[in-house]
Amino acid sequence: MIRQAPQGRDHVIAAYPVVMLAVFFLVPFGIMVAVSVFHRVQGGFYEPGFEFTSYARFFTPFFGRVLGFSILAAGITALVCVALGFPFTYFLTRLSRFRQVPLLVFLLAVLSLSEVIIGFCWSILLSRTAGLSNLLVAAGLLDQPSAWTPGFGALLAGLCYLALPYAVLVLYPALSRLDPELVEAARTLGASPLKTFFTVVVPVLRPAIVAALVMVFVFSLGAYLLPQLLGKPQHWTLSVMITDQAIYQSNLPFAAAMAVFLLAVSLPLVGLTQWLGRKGRPGT
Amino acid sequence: MQAGAGQRSVPMPGLRLEGIEKRFGAVVALREVGLDIEQGQFVCLLGPSGCGKTTLLRIIAGLEVPSAGQVLLDGQDLTGVPAHDRGFGMVFQSLALFPHLSVGENIAYPLKIRGVSRPEQEQRITTLLDLVRLPGVAGRHISQLSGGQRQRVAIARALALEPKLFLLDEPLSALDAKLREDMQIELRLLQQRLGITTIVVTHDQREAMSMADVVVVMGDNRIQQVGAPLDIYRRPVNRFVADFIGTSNLVAGRFNGGAVEIQGVSFAVASAAEGLRDGAEATVCIRPEDVRIRADGEAGPNRLRGRISFVRDLGATVQISLDCAGMPLLCLTMPQEHGSHRQGSEVTVELPAEACRALGQ
Repeated sequence: MIRQAPQGRDHVIAAYPVVMLAVFFLVPFGIMVAVSVFHRVQGGFYEPGFEFTSYARFFTPFFGRVLGFSILAAGITALVCVALGFPFTYFLTRLSRFRQVPLLVFLLAVLSLSEVIIGFCWSILLSRTAGLSNLLVAAGLLDQPSAWTPGFGALLAGLCYLALPYAVLVLYPALSRLDPELVEAARTLGASPLKTFFTVVVPVLRPAIVAALVMVFVFSLGAYLLPQLLGKPQHWTLSVMITDQAIYQSNLPFAAAMAVFLLAVSLPLVGLTQWLGRKGRPGT
Repeated sequence: MQAGAGQRSVPMPGLRLEGIEKRFGAVVALREVGLDIEQGQFVCLLGPSGCGKTTLLRIIAGLEVPSAGQVLLDGQDLTGVPAHDRGFGMVFQSLALFPHLSVGENIAYPLKIRGVSRPEQEQRITTLLDLVRLPGVAGRHISQLSGGQRQRVAIARALALEPKLFLLDEPLSALDAKLREDMQIELRLLQQRLGITTIVVTHDQREAMSMADVVVVMGDNRIQQVGAPLDIYRRPVNRFVADFIGTSNLVAGRFNGGAVEIQGVSFAVASAAEGLRDGAEATVCIRPEDVRIRADGEAGPNRLRGRISFVRDLGATVQISLDCAGMPLLCLTMPQEHGSHRQGSEVTVELPAEACRALGQ
């Protein structure tokens, strides 16, 4: 800072994000934590209390499996989205600005589709009666059309479709700032284009890749419609369970407890990813 | 050393460019570039920005494919060979050091790609850092180095594979003036020690003059003149080169049998550019340090009357602006010579014939 701002003004500037965070994040989260320890009234709503009954319900093999599956599905989605989105964004940023704009607009248009529409579209595309398998039958590659939904593959396809634009948008700024001379330097030093990509482009952009992984992971962890539309009951994630408990079973304390638990489990995972991303970078 | 595609002979060791052209869509970046560079020469591609000098260097490096023409090294056609198979060392304008690697890892990068063994890599890193006079920094991160140190690391990395050709694109432009001059000398000494054929792109004529064996002046997307630095300074082939290299007085007139007629007075010239015909429009080029001011006022050959319009005493030298019947001239003298020349005084100006050169219009 060249100019020392007056103390009072600093406080005003700092107050804005603090107030925003408090109103829109801390207070709702506090209410949720409070509700998670309240007492549920069977057939009614809930009443204030302090008990860990809701939390105790997790420690069953059933919830362990649901949690494991939720993390697995979100993790695979994150990996697939970044694996697909990274080369896509890389080639996108090498295009002229004139050609980039329509592609970016198209990508943003995909964001305007709701989860419900995306879910139904994929369930039709992968269905036995009207789906893609009919094309393979017409091409003589399949004997008879088969249903690819509901299933794990269908769920992953839906999640990846939903999250890919976010991965691209997180990667885009870093990739467009990548100094093209770094790539050219690697070329003159004897690295083929493929080798350059893996020894220079990917390591230099590791922070952006980690950010995209975390973003997609957290985003798909929260998806609750797609697992119901495209998955079998064993593919229902913790988010589906939370919705089920909160809306259909009217068990808000248990839903809140699951939400707190999901956050408690995913935060360390995000931290771990960040730490892995930073490790191995010299001097930082 | 000669400009243009010369006669075909036994392939000589060195780089030859033949009829290189480069177009980006409708824009012509380079036209009719022919150049021979002998092995071990230090060549500067000098020109204003946008003249195509960087494009030419990139074509030599293999980062750009020419629209027409050939790049030959030791008689071998390299035009279709990709950059990573050419084995040339290149220093980029941004230096392009890999931010995710340490100094040592940066230098070892090309060695690693070639599969050089670990102990040998270590040995090369030490040798190269000693060569660029930066020992003991192999373990440091790039961000911990100063601008000058990064420069040296970039040079060391480009030399790691002992390239046949050492290419540098405006390598010193990011450094401050003092450091830049030191690095010019150091780069020249390094090149002499290694005897490596070196091509440097620069827009700084002082840089080109102080480092190069051969200066290639480029302008208007083509080669204007190729020659030793002093030769180019003393005998520019056209107005563009005379104007771009150093400061010149350029006076328009008409060429006539070894002299140029200016304002009805005939000025003898010692040399004339090739192809200048009698009766053609011509320009007399004379360097400010060759213009003489005669206080005696005597008329004589190559003399004209003028008035001193401004005197700029810079200590080591004195710049005198002259107005000779509406024609501006610049004169550079030593302080002891300028004596009583004052602004507004009437003087006789001599343009000595041996310092005058006639150029095409």
